[in-house]
Amino acid sequence: MKLWKRLMCTCRRRSPWLFHMNSGSCNGCDIEIIAALTPRYDAEQVGVLLQGSPRHADILCVTGPVTRNAVGAIKTVYAQVPGPKAVVAIGSCPATTNVFIDSRTLDGPLNRHIPVDVFVPGCPPRPDAIIQGVAKAAEILAARGNNPPATAKAEPVTVPAAEEVQP
Amino acid sequence: MNLTTALARLLVFPGLLFAIPAAWFFLWVERKAVALMQGRIGPPFMQPFFDFVKLLGKDVPTREGIGGMLMKAWPLLAVSSAAGAVALLPVLPAQGGFQGDLILLLALLEVPSMCIIAAGFSSRSIFGEIGSAREAVVSVSYNIVFLIAILSIAASQHTFRLEALAALPASPLRWLGIVALLVCLPAKLHINPFSLPNAEQEIYSGPLTEYAGPELAMWELSHGLEWVAATGLVATLAAPHLTLWWLAVLVFITLSFVIVLMLSTLASATARLAIDTTVRFYWQCTLIFAVLAISSALFMRFRS
Repeated sequence: MKLWKRLMCTCRRRSPWLFHMNSGSCNGCDIEIIAALTPRYDAEQVGVLLQGSPRHADILCVTGPVTRNAVGAIKTVYAQVPGPKAVVAIGSCPATTNVFIDSRTLDGPLNRHIPVDVFVPGCPPRPDAIIQGVAKAAEILAARGNNPPATAKAEPVTVPAAEEVQP
Repeated sequence: MNLTTALARLLVFPGLLFAIPAAWFFLWVERKAVALMQGRIGPPFMQPFFDFVKLLGKDVPTREGIGGMLMKAWPLLAVSSAAGAVALLPVLPAQGGFQGDLILLLALLEVPSMCIIAAGFSSRSIFGEIGSAREAVVSVSYNIVFLIAILSIAASQHTFRLEALAALPASPLRWLGIVALLVCLPAKLHINPFSLPNAEQEIYSGPLTEYAGPELAMWELSHGLEWVAATGLVATLAAPHLTLWWLAVLVFITLSFVIVLMLSTLASATARLAIDTTVRFYWQCTLIFAVLAISSALFMRFRS
């Protein structure tokens, strides 16, 4: 039984399938997500696959500052992803709403609506930072297992951490 | 064929004990070949296994308004019939078999595709229904050619028994039939350029859009087993007859691997065709060759 648990943990860590969701992004981060999957960065080496259906996904990648119209869609899609699941907020927009702060068309940031596990700040973040963020989310997912997803109390991780950033 | 050999073939070789690792290996070869063609490194060797185990550990969401039992039944039916098809392959010489096992093999190979059609419609998702309709149209197109090719091989050798077919020396007519079979395989295995039914991203995931967790794992497994069965069928027809069992196994595995490599290279080199182009390709371009093969087979049969 313990062996099966360890095997499952490894498999969850090694096989993160993504579903990419845009919540009113300017498309900058979306292009960087695609760049992370292209031959130059080759995210498939760590098992990452972009899936067409949220039912197949483990990790929800959200870009954009969460517009009012997108809130319902985000909640629906988050509920459609079967557990265990993790959420990666890609770019500065879902983390802080970025330059759109105080806009009346927004209802952000993202963690007001769904629990976020990893933030990948940047406008847009580099593709290698996105891959690092997804790998970190897969580790969190594997460690958490079938327990309920992170509540507001659990501290989300920021990738790359401040001390890793080269000046 | 008595009960023991039948069970041994179903469970050990070329059945489940061999076929499931082979299915994962072929899925890996497919992804790795695409990666290498694109100048990437690609997934690690164990990736299909990791994906399978991970999917087994996922939750199944509650789907409102859908008959749950049917949704669960289709992937299991697809896996068991694909495993049965693999078990019928006459890999080992002098192993037994029965008259007409070729027909049973063809029927079992067809069941996963029908299950996919049914699954798409019973999931009641609009994307599933589009995918199922496409799968049905594509399956009608390639199956005519596929069945005629098999029929021409069987008619030229005067038998529907797989082992007898594998034992007879290959005639030029059989090579024509094998080429026709190879042309049908990309459509049968849903890979580019005929990946219409599961068209990734275009219609979400086609018939499998609503599937999650262990059920999706079963679909992945049935897809892998279909790879093993379909390439294995061509490999047994193309392989020379060998009396040494280990040599026969080695030739079978090597030939299957070469076919998988060819198909993956084709898949990575092409883009998805539109539905009308696909249908026209099978009805206009390949049907002629298949009809040529069967008419010459029948002609030779009446002459002899």
